Amino acid sequence: MKWSIDILVVGAGPAGIAAAVTAAEAGQHVGLVDDNPVPGGQIWRSGAPLPVTARRWQARLDASSVVRLEGWRVFDCPEPNVVRAERNGFKPAHPDAGIDENRDCAELRCRALILATGARERFLPFPGWTLPNVMGAGGLDAMVRGGLPIAGKRAVIAGTGPLLLAVAAHLAARQAKVEVVCEQAPLSRLARFAAGMLTEPAKLWQGARYRITTRHTPYRTGCWPIAAHGRDRLEAVTLQQGRNRWEVPCDYLGCGFHLVPNIELPDLLGCRIEDGFVATDALLQTSVPGVYCAGEPTGIGGVELSLLEGQIAALAASGNVDRARSLARQRRRRLGFVRALQQACALDPQLRELPQEDTVVCRCEDVRHRELHEHATWRQAKLHTRCGMGPCQGRVCGAAAEFLFGWHAGSVRPPLFPASVSSLVSPREPALADESLVAANAFHENAKETP
Amino acid sequence: MSEVARSISLTVNGTIIRVAPGTTIAAAVLLAGEATRASVGGEPRGPLCGMGICFECRVTIDGVPHQRSCQMLCIPGIRVTTREVTEDSGGPATP
Amino acid sequence: MSISDVVIVGAGIVGAACARECAGRGLRTIVVDALGIGSGATAAGMGHIVVMDDSPMQLALTVYSQRLWRELSAELPADVEFEPCGTLWVAGDDEEMDEVCRKRALYASVGVDSEILDGQALAEAEPRLRRPLSGALLVPSDAVLYPPCAAGYLMREAVRMGAQLLAPQRVLSAGKGRVLLENGTELHAARIVNACGVDAARLLPGLPIRKRRGHLVITDRYPGFVRHQLVELGYLKSAHSLTMDSVAFNVQPRRTGQLLIGSSREYGAETSGVNHALLAAMVARAQAYLPEIGELQATRVWTGFRAATPDKLPLIGPWPEDNTLFLATGHEGLGITTSLATAKLLASAMFGEEAEIPAEPYLPARYLHGEGDAELAAGASGKRRDTEKSHV
Repeated sequence: MKWSIDILVVGAGPAGIAAAVTAAEAGQHVGLVDDNPVPGGQIWRSGAPLPVTARRWQARLDASSVVRLEGWRVFDCPEPNVVRAERNGFKPAHPDAGIDENRDCAELRCRALILATGARERFLPFPGWTLPNVMGAGGLDAMVRGGLPIAGKRAVIAGTGPLLLAVAAHLAARQAKVEVVCEQAPLSRLARFAAGMLTEPAKLWQGARYRITTRHTPYRTGCWPIAAHGRDRLEAVTLQQGRNRWEVPCDYLGCGFHLVPNIELPDLLGCRIEDGFVATDALLQTSVPGVYCAGEPTGIGGVELSLLEGQIAALAASGNVDRARSLARQRRRRLGFVRALQQACALDPQLRELPQEDTVVCRCEDVRHRELHEHATWRQAKLHTRCGMGPCQGRVCGAAAEFLFGWHAGSVRPPLFPASVSSLVSPREPALADESLVAANAFHENAKETP
Repeated sequence: MSEVARSISLTVNGTIIRVAPGTTIAAAVLLAGEATRASVGGEPRGPLCGMGICFECRVTIDGVPHQRSCQMLCIPGIRVTTREVTEDSGGPATP
Repeated sequence: MSISDVVIVGAGIVGAACARECAGRGLRTIVVDALGIGSGATAAGMGHIVVMDDSPMQLALTVYSQRLWRELSAELPADVEFEPCGTLWVAGDDEEMDEVCRKRALYASVGVDSEILDGQALAEAEPRLRRPLSGALLVPSDAVLYPPCAAGYLMREAVRMGAQLLAPQRVLSAGKGRVLLENGTELHAARIVNACGVDAARLLPGLPIRKRRGHLVITDRYPGFVRHQLVELGYLKSAHSLTMDSVAFNVQPRRTGQLLIGSSREYGAETSGVNHALLAAMVARAQAYLPEIGELQATRVWTGFRAATPDKLPLIGPWPEDNTLFLATGHEGLGITTSLATAKLLASAMFGEEAEIPAEPYLPARYLHGEGDAELAAGASGKRRDTEKSHV
C-alpha cells in the first residue's frame, strides 16, 4: 500500500499546524511531517506552559484526521509532489521500542505541498562564542524546555528581536537569574517600532507582558556581547554599550540576532526567492504550481501572521478560494508589521567588528575569520577553506558570512540535511504503509513513557 | 524538576544520569556536565541552536556516531558518549 | 593593454600547473579565470593521483604525472591533504583476478610497483569490504588530495615566481596573440593557453570536447572506515560503453576522515541538478561492495562536468591553426593526476624541447583530420578497449 495524500505540510510550527488542521477540516487527506519529536515548532515547543492559542490549535490537531510524521526530517524533494523524509534519530537497540528497523526512509506523494519550514536564529561570531553553554537565545530556551535545569543559574540574553524578551521572561519564570538582556538595536529605533505597533493591538511586541515578568532584569539597548570567557565552558561574558565595557559572570549566554528563514526546501524546489524570502501570490502559492508557503519563510512576522498564512495556504490548496481571499485581506493588513520588525532588527554595522582574526566563523570545520577575508565570494571561500562544507551546510556560518562579507550562499542540492547514505537510494517499495506510521509514533510514545 | 519525575536512566560517558520523560538527549548531556562534541580542531562544543540546524549537539548513541541529540528524547538504557573521536580500531591508513 | 609572454585562460588545476611551470621558466605569465582558482572540474572531482591503463598513452601520462606528484608531495602544504593511501583495484571473481594479474604485469613493465592481494589479504586490508571477494591489486604509489587547495598551492607558487592572476574575469575571445576580457581589457601575449576544461570549445568552436557529468557524495567523518582508494574491476562485466550513462564503485578516504563516494558518468546532462536515478544506482553500487556504508551520514551531494574527448586523451600542445595558441584541456576524469605532466609537456612544446615522454599522442593536431580518423588512429595504435575504468 502506497502512502499517498492530498496535501502534505512540511513543518509543524504554528503555520504548519494551522495549515494541516484547516486542510483536514476542509475534508482533505493531510500529512504533517516535522523533524521534532513533538509538534509545536520552536515557538510552541513543549516543556513549558503554552499560550491559550497554542493549546487550542494543538487540540484541533489532536482531534483532526491529520497523519503526523513526528521525528521525520525532509531531506529531498525530487519533484514538487514527491517528498523524501528520513527518520530523525537512531535505530535503538531496544526491540521493545516498537521500531521497525527497516522503515527509516519514506517517499511521500501528494497533490499539493505546503512548506511551513519556519526560521532559525542568526548567529554572529565573536571571541568565545564556541564555548559550551553559549547558545542561541531560542537555543537556550529550547534546551530548557528539553529538560535543562535553569533554576538558580545565571543567564545573559543578547542579540536582537522580540525573541530575547520572550526567552528572558520564560527563564525568569523558571527561577533563572537573568542578569541582563542586551538588545543591539538602539532605543530610538525600538521606540519608533513600538509606537508603530500601537496600530497593531494584537502585537505590542507582546512586550508589556514580558517587561513585567523581567522587571528586575536590566534591558539594555545598543548593547551586545563582545567576548565570552571560560576554560572548558562559559564562565563570563564581556558586554559593550557605547564606550562602556564590563564583564558579567554567568552560566549561560543565549545570543541570537533575530531570525533567518529556512528557505532551503523551497529553493530546492525552484520556488522564486526575493530578498531572501519565498515569493508567493496573495493566496501563498509559490512560483511553482501546487507548492504553497506559509509562515516565516515568506517574511518574519510572528505567530499570528503564521497562523493566518497557514490557513490561507490550506484553504487555497484545498480549493476554498473565497475563504482564502477573505483571510488574505486580513493578512495584507499585517504585512506592515513584517517590514517594521525587519527594520527594527537591522544589525548595527559595528557588529561586523565582533570576530577577531582567530575567531572561528565556521563551527563545523573550525574555519577562522582570517582565513576567509582574502576570498571574494562564498564559493571561493568554501572551496579553499571548507567554510560551510560541514554538516550544517552553511546554515550557521552562511548567514553570518552574508552579514560579515556580503556573500550570498550558492545553490541548494539534496540532501537538504545530512541523511543516511542508504537514503540516497530510492526508498523501498512499498514506500510507507500506514502501519509503519503507527510504529513511528509508537516510538515517541515509548520515549515519553515511564518504565 | 523533582527527583520523583526523573524516571528514565541512561548513561553519559559511563555515568548514570536520571532524567524526566520528555528530556532531550542534549539536555541530559548538559545535565551530566559534558560537552557534546569535539570540534575538528579538538575544542569542546555544546549545543547552539537547540533545533537540529547547527549540528553542534552531535553525540554517539549506542555506538552510532554523529547523532543529533537536541531532537531526540531520552529513552531508558541508551548509552551516550560525547566528544567522540570517531577513531577506528583498524590501524594506519597506509599499508 | 598589457603585453606578456603567456596568457593562460583557466585557473583550474591544469591552468595553475601550467602557470607554475611557465613562471618557473621565467615567462611573464598572466592567468585569467571567470570565477577563481579551482572552481570548475577541479572543485567537483575526487582528487585522486592514480595510474590508469585504458590505453598505453594514458598509462604513460599517468605514470609520469604520478611520479611528479610524489616528488612534489613533500612541499605540499597541509591544506592540500595529500594522502598516499594507494589504490586497491578490487576483483569480485576469477575473471577479474585475471585482470589483476594482467594489470600487475603491465604496471611492472612501466616501472610501477604493485602487489596482488588474495581474498584473505584483501579482507585484512579492508575489513569492511563484502566477503567473499577474489582479491585485489594494490598500487601503493597512488594517492588522494584535495584539488581546490592543490590548485591554490600551484597558483601561489606561480604568483611567487611572478605570475599574475586576474579573477573573477571572464574571457570573451582568445587567439592570434590577443585575449579579450569581458571588462573590455585586451591582453596581448606571444602565447595563449586554453586551459578552460569543458569551456574550452567556447573559445575554440569545433573543439571535440563534450561535457560528461559526474556525481559525488561526501560523508561525515568516519576515520579508518576504509584505508585505501577502492575501485572495482567490475567494469569488465558491466562493459560500460563510451556512450551510455554508467556507474561504478569508487570510494576514497579523505585525510579528514570523510569518505568520497563515486562514481557516475553521464553524457548530455547540461545542468548541475542531481539525477536521482543515477545517484541511487551509484550509491547502491557502493553498498554492494561496502555493505555498512549505507549507515553513514551523507553530508553533501554534488555534480560536476568532465571535459571528455572522443579518444579519452587530453589535448596538450600547439593548435596548428593559430601559432600563438596552445591547448591544455580535455582531461576528463584525470585532470588532477595529469596536471603536472600536462604542464611539463606544454612547456616543452613552447620551448621546442623534447619532453620526458612522447608528446605526440596528446597533440591537438590529431583532431584536425576529423574525429573518425583520430578514433581509428587511437584504436589501431593503442588497442584501446571499448570499455573503461571506473573513476571520476
